[in-house]
Amino acid sequence: MNRATIDIWVGAFVAAGFAGLLFLALKVGNMASFSLDRTYDVQAKFANIGGLKPRAAIKSAGVVVGRVSNIQFDNQSYEAMVTFTIDARYQFPKDTSAKILTSGLLGEQYVGLEAGGESEMLPAGGRVRLTQSAVVLENLISQFLFNKAAEEKEGKDKK
Amino acid sequence: MSELRQPFQRLGRSVTERILRLGFAARFFAYMLVHSGTALRRFHLTIREIYFAGVLSLIIILVSGMFVGMVLALQGYETLQRYGSSEALGVLVALSLVRELGPVVAGLLFASRAGSAITAEIGLMKATEQIAAMEMMAVDPIARVVAPRFWAGVISMPLLAVLFSAMGIFGGYLVGVQLIGVDEGAFWSQMQASVDFRNDILNGVIKSVVFGIAVTWIAVFEGYDAQPTAEGVSSATTRTVVTSSLAILALDFVLTALMFTGGNAR
Repeated sequence: MNRATIDIWVGAFVAAGFAGLLFLALKVGNMASFSLDRTYDVQAKFANIGGLKPRAAIKSAGVVVGRVSNIQFDNQSYEAMVTFTIDARYQFPKDTSAKILTSGLLGEQYVGLEAGGESEMLPAGGRVRLTQSAVVLENLISQFLFNKAAEEKEGKDKK
Repeated sequence: MSELRQPFQRLGRSVTERILRLGFAARFFAYMLVHSGTALRRFHLTIREIYFAGVLSLIIILVSGMFVGMVLALQGYETLQRYGSSEALGVLVALSLVRELGPVVAGLLFASRAGSAITAEIGLMKATEQIAAMEMMAVDPIARVVAPRFWAGVISMPLLAVLFSAMGIFGGYLVGVQLIGVDEGAFWSQMQASVDFRNDILNGVIKSVVFGIAVTWIAVFEGYDAQPTAEGVSSATTRTVVTSSLAILALDFVLTALMFTGGNAR
């Protein structure tokens, strides 16, 4: 086989390999779904973030508007400092509230933004003041058990 | 006394021989890297070897990738639909292919398809004294014969692994969406939501590069080190396939432990 034929085959092989990588990047991975070209950062403090992870989605009205880019512990207030990276197309009022929610019963945790009523918008680097922590299942269960025990005790006292 | 001593002597000898061979392999690797200038300057030598190692392995890689993806979709659906989450089929197929099965299975196939061929070729060249003839003509056989094959393997392996994964995902799509009837939008969108380019796809590519280096290093070394007889070449070929398969599986464990540390330490 002469050199030109081999060159063509090898060229086609390398091209196919890169096409495969492109397919994986665009169709399988999340390179295309959320472009991070124009964004702004907003911070929020949560008393408890539960299982929230970096790169978790930020949704408003169910639509993905950004991603969690950083999670840190604030040693002054002993709270979690979460940085949201939000697409610059979406602006939110200053009194927007953030909640940590769970998709489904055991699904991934994400941040839900609920727009407020103020006319002034959140600036880049701003702070979301109203936050609601993640629901920790263990706390719920212990609360439930505690209430149950208290009820039983009340019942006994009445007798 | 000598009956008692003999087994220990044999054990000691075989251990020393192994260590000696390992040292020789390491020296060989370093020498090959230093002398790969020729292989990269006269690049058509390497291109020729990419043709033999990569292009000719393409069919087996594509067909097996397709079947692996199809089986993954069938088995995954069987389990997932019990928990009512058959939409997560795309995630299962894509993540298992991109992270593990793509690099590992493509590496195993590459070791048995191309690695064995490289060993047999170099071993036969040694048995028919072509390598000695090259040395007589002041042509460095490592630069002329070994290094191009090594670089061809290192270049081909990640491309083959990527194609294996892509084909597998396509196979999973065919079975999952077209045959079983999982919702197409959920299949792709859930996949896109949970496959990360850097953490999953690039780590898979890095794995396949490491496997490519390991497999071709073992293949060229076994060929170069083979006894120059018909029997020696055949046993060297067997050793290539066995050693490189074990190396792939062991390296895969180490790399996985390094890369995917529970998801918290990203």
